[in-house]
Amino acid sequence: MNAFLIPALSIAGLTTVLAIIILIAERYLMDYGEVDLHVNDKTFHVKGGNTLLNTLKEQKVFIPSACGGRATCAYCKVKAVSGFSEVLPTEIPLLTKEEIEANVRLSCQIKVKNEAAIEIPEELFRIKEYRATYELMRDLTYDIRLFRFKLIEPAHIDYKAGQYIQFRSPEYGEVSEPVYRAYSMCSRCEDKDHIELMVRRVPEGIATTYLFDHLKVGEEVVFTGPFGDFYLRDTDRRVICVAGGSGMAPIRSIMMGMTSQEIEQRQPIFFFGARSRRDLFMVEEWREMERTNKGFTFVPALSSPEPDDDWTGETGRITDVISRHVRDFSQCEGYLCGSPGLLNACVEVLVSQGIPEERIYYDKFA
Amino acid sequence: MEQLGIFVIFFASIFTSNILLTNFLGMCSYLSVSRELKTAWGLGIAVVFVMTVTSVANYFVYYYLLVPLKLEYLQYIAFIVVIAALVQLVEMIVDRVSDRLYAALGIFLPLITVNCAILGSSLFLVIRKYDLFQSLAFGLGSGIGWLTAIMALAGIRSKMARRSKVIPALEGPGIVLIVTGIIALGFIGFSGMVQIN
Repeated sequence: MNAFLIPALSIAGLTTVLAIIILIAERYLMDYGEVDLHVNDKTFHVKGGNTLLNTLKEQKVFIPSACGGRATCAYCKVKAVSGFSEVLPTEIPLLTKEEIEANVRLSCQIKVKNEAAIEIPEELFRIKEYRATYELMRDLTYDIRLFRFKLIEPAHIDYKAGQYIQFRSPEYGEVSEPVYRAYSMCSRCEDKDHIELMVRRVPEGIATTYLFDHLKVGEEVVFTGPFGDFYLRDTDRRVICVAGGSGMAPIRSIMMGMTSQEIEQRQPIFFFGARSRRDLFMVEEWREMERTNKGFTFVPALSSPEPDDDWTGETGRITDVISRHVRDFSQCEGYLCGSPGLLNACVEVLVSQGIPEERIYYDKFA
Repeated sequence: MEQLGIFVIFFASIFTSNILLTNFLGMCSYLSVSRELKTAWGLGIAVVFVMTVTSVANYFVYYYLLVPLKLEYLQYIAFIVVIAALVQLVEMIVDRVSDRLYAALGIFLPLITVNCAILGSSLFLVIRKYDLFQSLAFGLGSGIGWLTAIMALAGIRSKMARRSKVIPALEGPGIVLIVTGIIALGFIGFSGMVQIN
C-alpha cells in the first residue's frame, strides 16, 4: 500500500508546495494596486500590471489592433509620454528610428505598472463597443461566409465604407479566454443599424471556428470599432480595386457607398482574383452593379481554373490581368485587400506602373 | 570521484565537459536562437541564471525529499516540476524588479523550461554525487559553458551570413551542425587541463 501512497503523496505534496509558492508570489509580486493613467487630458484609475492595450480596453478606450496583441500588425502604436519601460525587443522590429525617438510604443507590449501618461488621437475616443444579434448567414463559397448582425446597443454605427471592426470571440470549448479578430465590414455604410462581415474559415482558427461552428442565429455578439484608414479618398482619380477571397469585403462596402455620379466620374474597376471557379462568388451581384452603374467594371480572374470550370473570362496572375485592362495609370488610386502575397505583388505592379505608393491603400491583417 | 575542488568542477564544466559540446544537451534552442549575438546573449544569460538556481533547488529536492523517502526513481518528474515552477517564479520576480532585465530575458525564460540542458545538469549532479557547493559550481559552470558555446556559434553564424557562400544543400541546420562539430573538436583541446568524468 505504502509503495503506492508515498510516491504519489510526495509528488503531490511537492507540486502543491510549488503551486502555493507561485500563488503567493503572484498575489504579492504581480499586484501593482490602483494606478493613475493619464490619457491626453483625462485620467483613469486602473488596476496595474496589465498591458496598456488591455488596460485601455477595460476603460472602454479602444486602440486599433488587428493581430490581437502578438506584436505583428503594429496598429496599436501610441505615444507614451511617461511611466513606461524602455523599448522592448519585441517592439524594435516594428518601430522606426523616428518613432523610438518620439516615444511611440506598441500598446500591446508595454505594461502599466505605475502612474503613466500617454497621448492618443482624439478620434480613438469615438470607437465604441457594440452589442449585436447574429441575424443571418449566407454561404458564399465552401469556406467563405457572409455574416449579418443587427445592432442592439448602441443601435447605430457611423463608419466610412472600407473600415473594419474587432470581433470578440468569447470563450468556448477548450478556448479559455476571449480573443479579438479584425474583420472588414462589407455592408452598405448608410445601413447604420446592421453590419455584415465576410469571413473565410481558417483551419483551427479560434474566432472563425466560433463564427462557423458555434455561433447560432439569434445569439448576441460583441465587437468594437470602427477602425482603420482604408476608405475611399475624396479625389477625382480613377479607382482601381484589387481583392482576393474574403478581401472582397471592404471593396464591396466602398463600391456600395459610392453614388452613381461618383462612379461615372471616377470609373472604378474591380479586379477579383480567385484560384478556380469554386473560389469565385457574388459574380451576379457585381454584374448587376455593372449594369446599373455606368462606368463601373468588374473583372474576375482565375489563376488556375479547373478543366470543368468552363471559364471564358480572364486567367493568369492578377497582376498581369491588371496590366491588360488598365492602360493609363497616371491618374489612379489603388485600393487593395487580400493576402500579404497579393498585397505585395499588387503594390509592386501598381508602383512600377506609376502610381505613387502613398496613393495605394490597404489593411495589413495577417 | 572523491571530493573534486569546486573550481575544478567550475572550469571543467565550462571547457572540458561543456554540457552542450560534449553531451549535446540543449541543442534545440542552441540551433534556433543562434542567428544573432544579441538574442544568443539573452538566451545564454537566462540559461546561466536558471541552471544555477535549479541545480541548487534540485539538490535539495533530491537529498532532502527523494532520498529519505527512497523515491530516487521519481527524480525525473520531481526535477521537471521544480524547473517549471522555478522558471515561473523567476519570470515573475524579474518582471517586478527590472523592466530592462525582463525585456532582455522575458521571452526566453519560458523557452528554457523545456531546455534539456537544464534537466541534464540536475541529473548529472545526482549521477556524479556532488555536494551542495559542487552542485552550485557545476550549475553555474554548465550555464556559462552553454553561454560560451552559443555565443561562439552566434558569432560565427553572423559572420557567415555576411561573408560565406554556403552550398544550398547545407544551408541552415546542416552547416550549423558542422560548425558545432568543429567547435566541439576545438574544445577537446582543453581536455588536458582538468577532467571530471
